[in-house]
Amino acid sequence: MYQAIVFLPLVGFLIAGLFGRIIGARASEIVTTAFLMAAALLSWVAFFQVGLGHGETRVQVAQWMVSGDLKVDWAFRVDTLTVVMLVVVNSVSSLVHLYSIGYMHEDPHRPRFFAYLSLFTFAMLMLVTADNLVQMFFGWEGVGLASYLLIGFWYNKPSAVAAAMKAFIVNRVGDFGFALGIFLVFVLTGSVAFSEIFPKVEEIAKGTFHFIGYDWNAMTIACLLLFMGAMGKSAQFLLHTWLPDAMEGPTPVSALIHAATMVTAGVFMVARLSPLFETSPVAMSAVLFVGATTAFFAGTIGLVQNDIKRVIAYSTCSQLGYMFVALGAGAYGAGIFHLFTHAFFKALLFLGAGSVIHAMHHEQDIRHMGGLARKIPFTTAMFAVGTLALTGFPLTAGYFSKDAIIESSYATHTYGNAYAFILLSITAGLTSFYSWRLFFLTFMGQPRWDTAHGHDAHASGHVESEDDSHGSHAHAGDHGHGHHEPHESPLSMLIPLGVLGVGALFAGLAFESFFFGHAYEEFWKGAVHTGPDNHILHAIHEVPGWVKYSPTVEMIIGFVVAYIFYVQKPYLPRQLAESQPTLYRFLLNKWYFDELYDVIFVRPAKWLGRFLWKKGDGLVIDGMGPDGVSARVVDVTNAVVRLQTGYVYHYAFAMLIGVAALITWYMFGGAH
Amino acid sequence: MMSHLLTGLLVLPLAGALFVLITRDDTEAGQKNIRWISLLATVATFLLSLVAWGRFDIANPAFQLVEDGSWLSETIRFKLGVDGFSMPFVMLTTFLMPFCIVASWVSVEKRIKEYFIAFLVLETLMIGVFASLDLVLFYVFFEAGLIPMFLIIGIWGGKRRIYASFKFFLYTLLGSLLMLVAIMAMYWDAGTTDIPTLLAHKFPHGMQYWLWLAFFASFAVKMPMWPVHTWLPDAHVEAPTAGSVILAAILLKMGGYGFIRFSIPMFPDASLYFAPFVFALSVIAIVYTSLVALMQEDMKKLIAYSSVAHMGFVTMGLFTLTPQGIQGAMFQMVSHGIVSGALFLCVGVVYDRMHTRDIAAYGGLTDRMPRYAVAFMVFTMANVGLPGTSGFVGEFLTLLGAFRANTWVAFIATTGVILSACYALWLFARVMFGPFEKPSLKGMLDLSPRELGLLVPLILLTIYYGVHPAPVLDAFAASTDSLLKTTQAALGAAAKTAALAH
Repeated sequence: MYQAIVFLPLVGFLIAGLFGRIIGARASEIVTTAFLMAAALLSWVAFFQVGLGHGETRVQVAQWMVSGDLKVDWAFRVDTLTVVMLVVVNSVSSLVHLYSIGYMHEDPHRPRFFAYLSLFTFAMLMLVTADNLVQMFFGWEGVGLASYLLIGFWYNKPSAVAAAMKAFIVNRVGDFGFALGIFLVFVLTGSVAFSEIFPKVEEIAKGTFHFIGYDWNAMTIACLLLFMGAMGKSAQFLLHTWLPDAMEGPTPVSALIHAATMVTAGVFMVARLSPLFETSPVAMSAVLFVGATTAFFAGTIGLVQNDIKRVIAYSTCSQLGYMFVALGAGAYGAGIFHLFTHAFFKALLFLGAGSVIHAMHHEQDIRHMGGLARKIPFTTAMFAVGTLALTGFPLTAGYFSKDAIIESSYATHTYGNAYAFILLSITAGLTSFYSWRLFFLTFMGQPRWDTAHGHDAHASGHVESEDDSHGSHAHAGDHGHGHHEPHESPLSMLIPLGVLGVGALFAGLAFESFFFGHAYEEFWKGAVHTGPDNHILHAIHEVPGWVKYSPTVEMIIGFVVAYIFYVQKPYLPRQLAESQPTLYRFLLNKWYFDELYDVIFVRPAKWLGRFLWKKGDGLVIDGMGPDGVSARVVDVTNAVVRLQTGYVYHYAFAMLIGVAALITWYMFGGAH
Repeated sequence: MMSHLLTGLLVLPLAGALFVLITRDDTEAGQKNIRWISLLATVATFLLSLVAWGRFDIANPAFQLVEDGSWLSETIRFKLGVDGFSMPFVMLTTFLMPFCIVASWVSVEKRIKEYFIAFLVLETLMIGVFASLDLVLFYVFFEAGLIPMFLIIGIWGGKRRIYASFKFFLYTLLGSLLMLVAIMAMYWDAGTTDIPTLLAHKFPHGMQYWLWLAFFASFAVKMPMWPVHTWLPDAHVEAPTAGSVILAAILLKMGGYGFIRFSIPMFPDASLYFAPFVFALSVIAIVYTSLVALMQEDMKKLIAYSSVAHMGFVTMGLFTLTPQGIQGAMFQMVSHGIVSGALFLCVGVVYDRMHTRDIAAYGGLTDRMPRYAVAFMVFTMANVGLPGTSGFVGEFLTLLGAFRANTWVAFIATTGVILSACYALWLFARVMFGPFEKPSLKGMLDLSPRELGLLVPLILLTIYYGVHPAPVLDAFAASTDSLLKTTQAALGAAAKTAALAH
């Protein structure tokens, strides 16, 4: 069964990728979507089998490489953590496949799109089922490739191509650390397989390792290196710059890869390696610190962005920070729980945004929206559900998981807990504010899209019933050609919204006891490791009442402020921005990270490359070596008529002299 | 019973060359015959090498398929044989030659007869390098192989072919003369040029350093290692497509083969002593040439510089003297042979259509050439070392070996994975992505069946070896074990005498 779950998407990729042009777009869509649906169904079966029944199993597929004492297998490690990820990945992926049938229906390259989606899913499944670090690295880089291909799907657009490259390269920076981490773990434990690494952790936990000139605590440096990979993949502070740009990709891609699945791989990795991280308080602190910083930092940027997708992207970045705080606090269950619920409501928000963009004919600027609630009521309702869940409205999915994280940041003994708790609490307010700001600007108030679309506006008297949501649009191919009346999306797009909406509402309530409640032990069965000194599960029940209620209070404050700013007194935001121009520009320009990196990395690298090429190779090496010599020789041989053959004779002659000398010498000297 | 398989491998291409020689090339039909004879000869050689592969026992670290005949004297003999280190290269050579012939099918227009003769002779000489078991015989093949390559660049090359072939000549001459002196010295000390005997011979401690340096001069140029790499970009740029393929895929590997066949097992003390020096040069090569590759404006030059960086991983891996390092280096060489050869074929595809290698002349080609885009993407990713392609296995293993030997080396070398992503993806983006608006490109056609036939097998092999590298890794597993054992024993013995002396 596990083979089927993992390899069905691969088969779908191969069919759509190799034969897409032969079998046609419709067939490619159906094949890949059907395979994904089957995989998703099987994943839920596996979820209940493993989560409620037996524990961990191992499925050997093949051997990858053997070299000396290094042995790497292709194998699946199936435990509770794996099946949670299987469910998340395959459910969201199958819904995104379905959604894309509607969303991409005008694109001529649909087979390629669906092939990429399935390829991504396959790589992600290899990542989450990995039985060893190297296979995880395979999936890790595989999702990076798929992400690169999908961000750059519209490859004629230079901005999309640049964003795709940026995503791949920034991720490679993280992978640099990941790779070194794998090497170090192998040197320490003599293995890359989880089942052999984990039992050995205890004995090496106190050891030191000499790495680039320093003696480090072995586990600390290993965890920090591995965490660097997680920071890249999950777009954490300093390595986050690729994620907002990744919004250049088609919106279903953003929902699948850059919200629900791939970016959570870092969270998954840390949870998977919890036996390692538990032994290193320094590494735990680092995770906590980076997570809290990211949550706050991305939240502040999200306040002022105007692109509907970028607001949600920064929100994703911020929520990933929450997950890392939970991991750093030792509350792995809470972190994975938030990963699980976040997948539903964030995918819902992105797909909702896609539906809005679809309705608005590829308009993404929320300043040019407004009043859409009456035009696309179903999308609006679902978007509201997603927003409620994201902001942690009581009893929605986000309420359970996010509050658990904030409480654990208060209760943990990891160094830096106060920092994390304060930042996360503030961020809860920020989240609520930017989410409702987005909602109000997009769906409420006066429509601003009539005036915005001055170009090519022809009064064709295009009248359409507002609730025409049944995919029977006659003007399907007319997008961007002047029909500016927003329209509800086809059914294939609305069904996924509905399903995710149900998840966003109830996934928290239904699963809380398993992930982080009283059924914790029976559910996880040791799949995430909590050390003997880790009492977070008990401590969290003893937090003071004000800690429990603070996120909800923050949420309400954020909502009220957003309501005042964008519904009651819409002139206020402008006034505020004008009174604080420096702060506003700082946030609008994303803390100037792109500019900073350009100055300290990109330009010096290019300059150095050119310098080494022209000066190093050209002036020094060639100048001292061959050019200097050849300049003399060419003078002499210019007279020779056929240069090339002339040189050959030289060469052959030199070689013959050599051989002759050897033989002569041998005949005279070798005799004795 | 002595088999003559290896002699057969040497003779078959020569026989093909002979047939080409007597075929008239002044008619269309004659030219066609020349091409087909060449293809037939190389394919037959490949099939014969498959037979040899079938008889080859990978579990046995000793030399196999040995043939021994008298040659110059009783001690300098015509002795052939292969072991786990040489067999993969023999296979790589025979496998890639038919691709080179097909790649030259239409693009070579002048002096067709000489061109194919040069290639067939080159094949014999390259196989000879890997199969010789006599030092003098090795030297003759090693040096003679340069002549056809020199001709290929010098006659069928691009505009600056004279300069390029001259540079090629100067560098290699310097290295090989030093090696010749070293060979004489070795004969003087050991009384034989028989490689298996020399492998067991223990050279005096002090002598090892000089011999090592002399061999190093030759192999470092061939590899090429920084700072003697500057001939390679020029040679690649000027060489015809098939010439570049052979240069990158086979000729560069002779340096690595030389290290593992001679330097490490024959001079273990010196290898250990000079390992930090090799690490330094390798790491510089990886970072330096990657940065230089980033700024290239010529497609072939970019790939050439990336080859230097990839060869840096090989030298680094070899001198870690760990099983992962050595196996990784060997694998990296085989994989690079396939991948860089394929990348040069990819450049050849667009060069044949546009007659320029200028990156800026292209853009948005995916619109017109979707199949080509897929092939190019696969090889780009293999060049970047994406897991699942053959490029990953070698890089991963060499870095792992390096990490065991010295964490600084591994740390700096691993930055190469970031830089390789930068230059390779940027190349791909500039050629294949972006708006398709240059009028000169409007007439571009996607891959022809001939080109598909060239690239598809290489794609399959790249992915197959990436997912299942065992067929290659196992080929030299036994030899690596035995090499490390004897090296460790030699080093151990040296350490003991040193301890006694104190």
